[in-house]
Amino acid sequence: MRIFDFFRAAKPQASSAAQAKERLQIVMAHERVSRTAPDFLPVLQKELLAVIAKYVDLATNKVEVKLDRGNECSTLEVNIELPSPKIEPMRARIAV
Amino acid sequence: MGKIIVMTSGKGGVGKTTSSAAFATGFALRGYKTVVIDFDVGLRNLDLVMGCERRVVFDFINIINGEARLNQALIKDKRVDNLYILPTSQTRDKDALTKEGVEKVLEELRQEFDYVICDSPAGIERGALMALYFADEAIIVTNPEVSSVRDSDRILGMLAARSRRAELNEEPVKEHLLLTRYDPARVERGEMLNVTDVLEILAIPLLGVIPESQAVLRASNIGMPVTLDDKSTAGQAYRDAIARFLGEQIEHRFVKPERRGFFNRLLRRTA
Ligand SMILES: Nc1ncnc2c1ncn2[C@@H]1O[C@H](COP(=O)(O)OP(=O)(O)OP(=O)(O)O)[C@@H](O)[C@H]1O
Ligand SMILES: [Mg+2]
Repeated sequence: MRIFDFFRAAKPQASSAAQAKERLQIVMAHERVSRTAPDFLPVLQKELLAVIAKYVDLATNKVEVKLDRGNECSTLEVNIELPSPKIEPMRARIAV
Repeated sequence: MGKIIVMTSGKGGVGKTTSSAAFATGFALRGYKTVVIDFDVGLRNLDLVMGCERRVVFDFINIINGEARLNQALIKDKRVDNLYILPTSQTRDKDALTKEGVEKVLEELRQEFDYVICDSPAGIERGALMALYFADEAIIVTNPEVSSVRDSDRILGMLAARSRRAELNEEPVKEHLLLTRYDPARVERGEMLNVTDVLEILAIPLLGVIPESQAVLRASNIGMPVTLDDKSTAGQAYRDAIARFLGEQIEHRFVKPERRGFFNRLLRRTA
């Protein structure tokens, strides 16, 4: 353990300015897309969850919704872990 | 017909008023008849920065409401020819700025002046929208700091979508980046975004880099636009930026840390 920590510490950390730049580039790419296109993705996300809630209990089951915006194409990823151990985790992947 | 320029940023406290005063003074020094208008209704400050706070009788809102004539409200600068200030009201709120009222005043001013500079309030609400709505050109004042850069991008979005030029499908508002409070030493240590990074993120042409400078506070203390302090780095950087705005090709100074020798340091204590 210790020895790994040692190597991790030895790796030079990106400067805080470099981290600032990277974070800005990511967040602004998202914001720019949502500015130009009519933004139905948040609504789609909400309605999808409503549909899922009709069949599974969202409160007790693991549901993960991830929205990835890109310049060319955005991905809405919904991962639902269903209660029964016999059923494999269902994955829905919708490319928009 | 004069040009309408908005000094805008989204984020507060980044240097819009300082830059409005500096640019207005710089244009006037170059012989252009210039007026600078305070759009920050309720938080009047341009008068203090320009040093004319005791000469305010009528204001921008009085003109919009037809309670006074334009030349009763315009304050002529005592130091520089061709320079006028139109202060704003301290008592009313931003709703006092109607689109029709603002348009009437700006149209009248652009008949008489070469440059009309609109000092925008912070935010993206009515006051900021009114300040940018009629603009021909926009100077985006940005600090090398994450929230300022992000807010600048939002303002660029507003200029592209909600300005008069955008609504009428005219040629878009011309955008310029003014990076202020730049600290080259911190940039060199990797503690501050550098000018290339900000340019890469915002992707608009660079008008100038104004270094962090103690002269700015000193100038505002005495109500003097920092352009008039031609010994200061900030004053010189503003003069360069103004010259670039007027089409001159000038290299960017003050982007590298100053290497000062011991004697130099003694002789020039201030930035
Ligand atoms: N280059 C600079 N170096 C040092 N201090 C600066 C510089 N530019 C501006 N300042 C200081 O930053 C503060 C805010 O400046 P200013 O009032 O011009 O910002 P603003 O964008 O107009 O603010 P607001 O959004 O409240 O209208 C002031 O105290 C000013 O002296
Ligand atoms: Mg201000």
